[in-house]
Amino acid sequence: MAKAKIPRKSTWIDMTAMTDVAFLLLTFFMLATKFKPDEPVDVTTPSSVAEIKLPETGVVQITIDGEDRVFFGIEGQPIRADLLKRIGTKKGITFSEDEIKTFSLTNTFGIPINEIKGYLGLDIGAQKNFEQKGIPTDSLNNELAEWIVEARRAAQSQGTVAVIAIRGDQNASYPIIRRVIETLQEQNVNRFNLITNQEGEEK
Amino acid sequence: MADIEGGGGGGHKKGKKVRGKKMSTRVDFTPMVDLGFLLITFFMLTTSMNQPTTMEINMPIKEDLPPEDQSKIKASQAITILLTKDDKIVYYFIDEVTGEPMTPVVANFGANGIRKQLILENRRRNAAVDSIPIYREQFRFNQITEEEYKKNVSRIKAFKDGLIVVIKADDDAKYKNLVDILDEMQITNIGRYAIVDITPVELELLKGTQL
Repeated sequence: MAKAKIPRKSTWIDMTAMTDVAFLLLTFFMLATKFKPDEPVDVTTPSSVAEIKLPETGVVQITIDGEDRVFFGIEGQPIRADLLKRIGTKKGITFSEDEIKTFSLTNTFGIPINEIKGYLGLDIGAQKNFEQKGIPTDSLNNELAEWIVEARRAAQSQGTVAVIAIRGDQNASYPIIRRVIETLQEQNVNRFNLITNQEGEEK
Repeated sequence: MADIEGGGGGGHKKGKKVRGKKMSTRVDFTPMVDLGFLLITFFMLTTSMNQPTTMEINMPIKEDLPPEDQSKIKASQAITILLTKDDKIVYYFIDEVTGEPMTPVVANFGANGIRKQLILENRRRNAAVDSIPIYREQFRFNQITEEEYKKNVSRIKAFKDGLIVVIKADDDAKYKNLVDILDEMQITNIGRYAIVDITPVELELLKGTQL
């Protein structure tokens, strides 16, 4: 009996379909993506069952990291530029156009006002290595309060209402949180948001 | 690349007319797919899809009201929750007759800790909380509108004889504890709670409980 000959088949695989899928996904991710803002601190927010989504615009974010440093951030480049000008006028510091531009690209910062000019003068590499001390919140020199006041004014002049959100690290200690909340209350901000991670309803 | 020359094999026979070799019109897509997936991976890793969720809190307006304007609550309605180090909770009630704090109890976070107690106490004072899950189910199956659902829930939560939770934290508490306890308020459907500064008496009390 003749041996059955197995025909040698081509191993060529048609990649077209795979390419289609790959590029479809690629397009999706490219369109849906919103880059993670470059933040000077890593914060792990506690989780909660809250389901309210944070609005996308006009958020003033007060970040508190695990070492109790306070950072401040506001959405929107024009608002940020305006904010720096206002703070400068109040504190008698003049900022150059370049410095305002650098500041408007800074998402979150935790630098006392008197060090801001020095920070903005650095190039990007050096800015990353700059040790951010956090914004002072003590009652004698409550710079956080000034940032909040001016941020609300700046947002208002741009036609948005600032939504204030606290983004605290789960290991931040309570006294600093209380200090931040007190500061907000002194500004008559009695309604604000705590940013959390979402978790399932019942553990 | 992705193919191994199959079939064919034999060479040309001599004497035959040299014909232009028919080139395959197939293009090798492998590098393109490689590139595609590389970019997908990049975008998947850099993207931040989930929008963070938030918890809304309302703090009372900070001004000193004259005592006659302050709304009085019954002492028996309130539970005071003290947050302290190592994720521990101490809670106590106030005795209605004597006005003295009752023996404090140490509890934990989680389903079997403070939540059980809160649900129990809240239900005892405000039996209507049990109908919140029913409303929620009705809303889920589109039997009532969202507006109706929200209206009913806030009506039940605002019941004036319901449990009132006073949240206080000492300096050793973490931010996580605060969020967790606010979360319990939401889970247990307690509508009336407040974050208040701790008093020296309560700090003493915390020391006395020996955690």
